[in-house]
Amino acid sequence: MVLVLAIGDLHIPHRASDLPQKFKSMLVPGKIQHIICTGNLSIKEVHDYLKSLCPDLHVTRGEYDEDSRYPETKTLTIGQFKLGICHGHQVIPWGDLDSLAMLQRQLDVDILVTGHTHQFKAYKHEGGVVINPGSATGAYSSFTFDVNPSFVLMDIDGLRVVVYVYELIDGEVKVDKIDFKKTATTRLAH
Amino acid sequence: MMVDGVEDEEKWLAAGIAGLQQNAFYMHRALDSNNLRDALKYSAQMLSELRTSKLSPQKYYQLYMRAFDELRKLEMFFKEETRRGCSIIDLYELVQHAGNILPRLYLLCTVGSVYIKSKEAPAKDVLKDLVEMCRGIQHPVRGLFLRSYLSQISRDKLPDIGSEYEGDADTVNDAMEFVLQNFTEMNKLWVRMQHQGPAREKDKREKERSELRDLVGKNLHVLSQIEGVDLDMYKETVLPRVLEQVVNCKDEIAQCYLMDCIIQVFPDEYHLQTLEILLGAFPQLQPSVDIKTVLSRLMERLSNYAASSTEVLPEFLQVEAFSKLNNAIGKVIEAQADMPILGAVTLYSSLLTFTLHVHPDRLDYADQVLGACVKKLSGEGKLEDNRATKQIVALLSAPLDKYNDIVTVLKLSNYPSVMEYVDSETNKVMAMVIIQSIMKNNTQISTADKVGALFELIKGLIRDLDGAAHDQVDEDDFKEEQNSVARLIQMLQNDDTEEMFKIICTVRKHILTGGPKRLPFTVPPLVFSSLKLVRQLQGPEENPFGEEGSTTPKKVFQLLNQTIETLYGVPAPELALRLYLQCAEAANDSDLEPVAYEFFTQAYILYEEEISDSRAQVTAIHLIIGTLQRMHVFGVENRDTLTHKATGYSAKLLKKPDQCRAVYACSHLFWVDDQDNMKDGERVLLCLKRALRIANAAQQMSNATRGSTGSVTLFVEILNKYLYFFEKGNTQINAAAIQSLIELITAEMQSESNSPDPAADAFFASTLRYIQFQKQKGGAVGEKYEPIKV
Repeated sequence: MVLVLAIGDLHIPHRASDLPQKFKSMLVPGKIQHIICTGNLSIKEVHDYLKSLCPDLHVTRGEYDEDSRYPETKTLTIGQFKLGICHGHQVIPWGDLDSLAMLQRQLDVDILVTGHTHQFKAYKHEGGVVINPGSATGAYSSFTFDVNPSFVLMDIDGLRVVVYVYELIDGEVKVDKIDFKKTATTRLAH
Repeated sequence: MMVDGVEDEEKWLAAGIAGLQQNAFYMHRALDSNNLRDALKYSAQMLSELRTSKLSPQKYYQLYMRAFDELRKLEMFFKEETRRGCSIIDLYELVQHAGNILPRLYLLCTVGSVYIKSKEAPAKDVLKDLVEMCRGIQHPVRGLFLRSYLSQISRDKLPDIGSEYEGDADTVNDAMEFVLQNFTEMNKLWVRMQHQGPAREKDKREKERSELRDLVGKNLHVLSQIEGVDLDMYKETVLPRVLEQVVNCKDEIAQCYLMDCIIQVFPDEYHLQTLEILLGAFPQLQPSVDIKTVLSRLMERLSNYAASSTEVLPEFLQVEAFSKLNNAIGKVIEAQADMPILGAVTLYSSLLTFTLHVHPDRLDYADQVLGACVKKLSGEGKLEDNRATKQIVALLSAPLDKYNDIVTVLKLSNYPSVMEYVDSETNKVMAMVIIQSIMKNNTQISTADKVGALFELIKGLIRDLDGAAHDQVDEDDFKEEQNSVARLIQMLQNDDTEEMFKIICTVRKHILTGGPKRLPFTVPPLVFSSLKLVRQLQGPEENPFGEEGSTTPKKVFQLLNQTIETLYGVPAPELALRLYLQCAEAANDSDLEPVAYEFFTQAYILYEEEISDSRAQVTAIHLIIGTLQRMHVFGVENRDTLTHKATGYSAKLLKKPDQCRAVYACSHLFWVDDQDNMKDGERVLLCLKRALRIANAAQQMSNATRGSTGSVTLFVEILNKYLYFFEKGNTQINAAAIQSLIELITAEMQSESNSPDPAADAFFASTLRYIQFQKQKGGAVGEKYEPIKV
């Protein structure tokens, strides 16, 4: 059982002052093995905070990130899964699932984690799974009108990944989960 | 010289101990053989060692402790003697035959202890006798230790209420009198030390006095432990008598120590009830006494007492504690006109803490204290003293900690005035404290007035204050400060759109004084705050027939335009471009075509004139294309102009791969899914073909410069785009076109001049898999894909 936190688009301090308190008390150091961050943190303090939760932190560049050295895309292997990260402002049209599928094919990954739209999505297509953890702070988005703060926790176990999405709706944290299984021939099935 | 002195003292102490031990040995032998006469003889000799004047108090104490231990054994012997029939009265008589007075008195006290225990005489009589007899020793060190001995052995034998020594004649009054007298005499001895010896040894004497002070203070402790000394007794007798001695001794060291001792040793409720008497003593003390420290400690104790339980609070009101303390402090500060500012601020700080604990609902009291502080500060000018500055921060933080709400704190009219007197560094420190408090407590600051007052308060962060040392600012600190201001701006909220607009205007007014260094931090949060307001104004509850002059999205956009403009002076073109595009999208949602067009124009100008870095250009063009693709508010002409420009920029990027990608991204500008009139298949194909040409050119360039044709990735990307539009129903793209593209790629990959690229291979493979998958889907999709052979 490997826990991977997918989080992004916090936009601190341009659009939000801090993570919601309820999220902060849930995200405790030592419980998560990897963090995947889609970008737009946007300042070093947020980077340091995430690093304190888990030293294995992977960040891709969002267009408001203070640190311009983050890569545009990143791929990594966790267990049996290949994961790809990209903020998403580079993929046009924004939020278009077919265009994201193209990126997924290009990166040749089972799971593509992407952001920019501030809208949670977990979508399966023939090439794999696309996950958008949304905005962890519920930051303003020109794309999405009512943004609820959200993040995703993936539990990778062998050929199976369970995606837990945590959303803050009207002050309460709601959890949902989706199962994905990968067949041995490296294609992802639902 | 000093070393010699210390060495000598060590020698004398060693000699004293040796002498003492030797006589003790003989004394023990006498005790073992029940030889009273010899016991007395040797004990007297032993005690003679204490007659020395050569030892400092610390060394004397070592000698004294050994003697003390030996005297305990002697005391036990005396007790045995009385059981064996020896009369205690005779014994009491006998020991007074000792040759020297000091040993005589130690022995007398020791016997006295047994005497009292025997109850053959009232405790009060024996005690009175002893305390008077000790007058025989007027040497300060010897006298203090002797009386300390008396105090020690008499502690458990005082005629206190409930004690076995309380008789009809013996009352707690007698116990109190005994201790008071011992205390008075000890203090006199202690004070006398100050004036003994040459002036040049004053420091040494004062140090030695300091070592002895607890001997004197112990008496007050004993007084506090006497059960029978209740509040009335304390008020009527104990406190007045002690204060009388303290005041009359006119000794700075004694006064300072003893006042503090009184405060620490007696219970807080006593202090409350005797506040007037206690405070009345302060003006009578020597002018050099550090009154402020003692007063501060008193207030601190009373604050903690108030905080300990709400039941005691009415007591404070009943004795009018606040006004008494306030007056006392006022008098002290007036009387000591040259008290350093640190002292005055410390006093006010303690008084404020006291007020906050005892009268949390009386903002006027707290304001009064601040006002008095301001008055004192106004005579001083800007503060230089570091410790005084720290005290001011403590003073200003106290109400913040208590109320956890800057809005309440702002009600204290004198609060901003105090801030005026601190230097800019301290202002920044305080400003950060305030911001932390707001964030921690989620304080709602919801009117423009309060926002304005707040920003005035934290002005050290907002702009460069006069005389501030600009070049000494640490960059990381500066960033942290400005980010805090940015976070603060997020916390300013009001659901009423009119008020919110006023808030935004107020914040804007303040941050525009910040200068180019600060604007990149403070403008973005303001912009997003404004965009949130625009969204609110678009909401269904908004009255479309709002009153004249009420806030409209248009007004907000005007403000936004003027605000983002200020970033030119920084310069921050990339940031400004992003913000303009955000505004364009918001204008799009508000159906304001001219406004949206204006924002795009500004963004384009920035792109053309200010953004020259290649990497920055790539990101910028993608943001432009991505935003433009989503616009639905533009009419044909405007859209064409903007699209044409965007494709132009794309083709002019420096690196061919970047060009290629930007151009095929532009293809989406001609095809918007949810608008049927926005689906121009031809122009889509034109874009894709153009992208192909660029990809080709890139291959040729690579061949020419490197000898191999480089990766086919771009071709695969374009193939994917062909598939995208093919599926969407672009009639200009047919299966044949896709087929030939597949064959082109396959040929390229197999060609000799091609350098293998596993990533590109995998990409191509997964694309082909996708095509296969679509073919196997069946239905309309399957049919469409049928002609394509992979």
